[in-house]
Amino acid sequence: MNRRLSGVLAVFIFAANLSVRADTDVEVEARKTALDVAGAFTNDGFKVRDGHWCGTVKPHNHSLIAVNLYSGNQYWFSAGATEPAKKITVSVYDESGKQVVTDDYNAGEKAAAGFAPTSSGQYFVSVDLLEGSEGSFCLVYSYK
Amino acid sequence: MRFCATGLTMVILGVAGAETKRLAPDQLAKAVRTDSISIPTPGELFAALEKPGKTDWASQYRGPMTMTYRNRAQIALNLGGLIADGFIAVEAKDGQQVKNIGSDIIKLARALGVSENLLSRSNSINEFAENDEWDTLQEELEATQNEVKASMKSHADQDLVILVSLGGWIRGTQVVSGAIMQNYDERSAKVLRQPALVRFMQSKINEISPELRAEPLVKDVSDQLPRIEKLVSFPAGKAPSVEDVRKVNEAVGKVLEEIQSKAAAK
Repeated sequence: MNRRLSGVLAVFIFAANLSVRADTDVEVEARKTALDVAGAFTNDGFKVRDGHWCGTVKPHNHSLIAVNLYSGNQYWFSAGATEPAKKITVSVYDESGKQVVTDDYNAGEKAAAGFAPTSSGQYFVSVDLLEGSEGSFCLVYSYK
Repeated sequence: MRFCATGLTMVILGVAGAETKRLAPDQLAKAVRTDSISIPTPGELFAALEKPGKTDWASQYRGPMTMTYRNRAQIALNLGGLIADGFIAVEAKDGQQVKNIGSDIIKLARALGVSENLLSRSNSINEFAENDEWDTLQEELEATQNEVKASMKSHADQDLVILVSLGGWIRGTQVVSGAIMQNYDERSAKVLRQPALVRFMQSKINEISPELRAEPLVKDVSDQLPRIEKLVSFPAGKAPSVEDVRKVNEAVGKVLEEIQSKAAAK
């Protein structure tokens, strides 16, 4: 494991211990899964942002998180979910609500979406449940 | 654009050509907005600026900051700015400057009574700076900022958290707008468009305690945010002109002067 990735994990462990509204066990598990996905992108020079959002994915419901991005950067949004959620997907919408074209990774309870904004500003990351029942998810993002 | 992901066996499927969906305004309004993920770090901003060309980061240094503030809101705002200074020193790959700023961050954080664990952060920052581990240093600075914020929350000082973020954004925007003015480039200038971010920080300030919000410095800074929001509200995809950038730089510079002024908070 390279030093940067171990740094990310150290931050994760530390933050998991310090978080005021402590994450539940399933959220910690979901976050570990999300960081597992995000860790792959560090090999391509992406830095994992030391911030996350844990929530619930439900059938027929978008879990939306607002982010503010900079044109010139590339981003990957990585999510992990826990049982009974079985398959999730990540998509990105611009400030007008229009879906942006992303490169997608989908592997059951893990998913990611990557893109390079041409305009700086607010975007919305949507985590959606494709198969299974309501469960916890965690979202992290990387940039370079 | 195709992204690579060499560290994990994965199938990357583009959605180009797929049906484009659209979300309704009421759905967007319900999106989660949170300090930990909706406010970008200074490192993200600087990374975007670095792309189009070489930036003279060292020219963006500022003089040593006083460490004797007594007002907690002022300390929090300056702490955010100081952390942004740390990111600048990392971009400049200036180990000594990183160490100096790291030491100042710890001093200011201690003045707020935050976690003793920060001492180990300081040691790590020094070690990484001595070994030229710039990527790790950036992660360490971000972790330090988050540790300060987590400690504030655990000490019922959660109202100060947004002030740390705001101080960092103001200093980051001053540096970036200054660098763009030195060497104007349309692609770089586009990073300054962040109206929703300013609006979000304003909304968070509106949620803090009335006592803290009424403090002269917090009130002054808050009162200037609507104007700054207008100044960074360029049409999507359009680059601001040099004059637009100068106005942003002037506006955030004025706020930063107040934040740094010993007389600003009583």
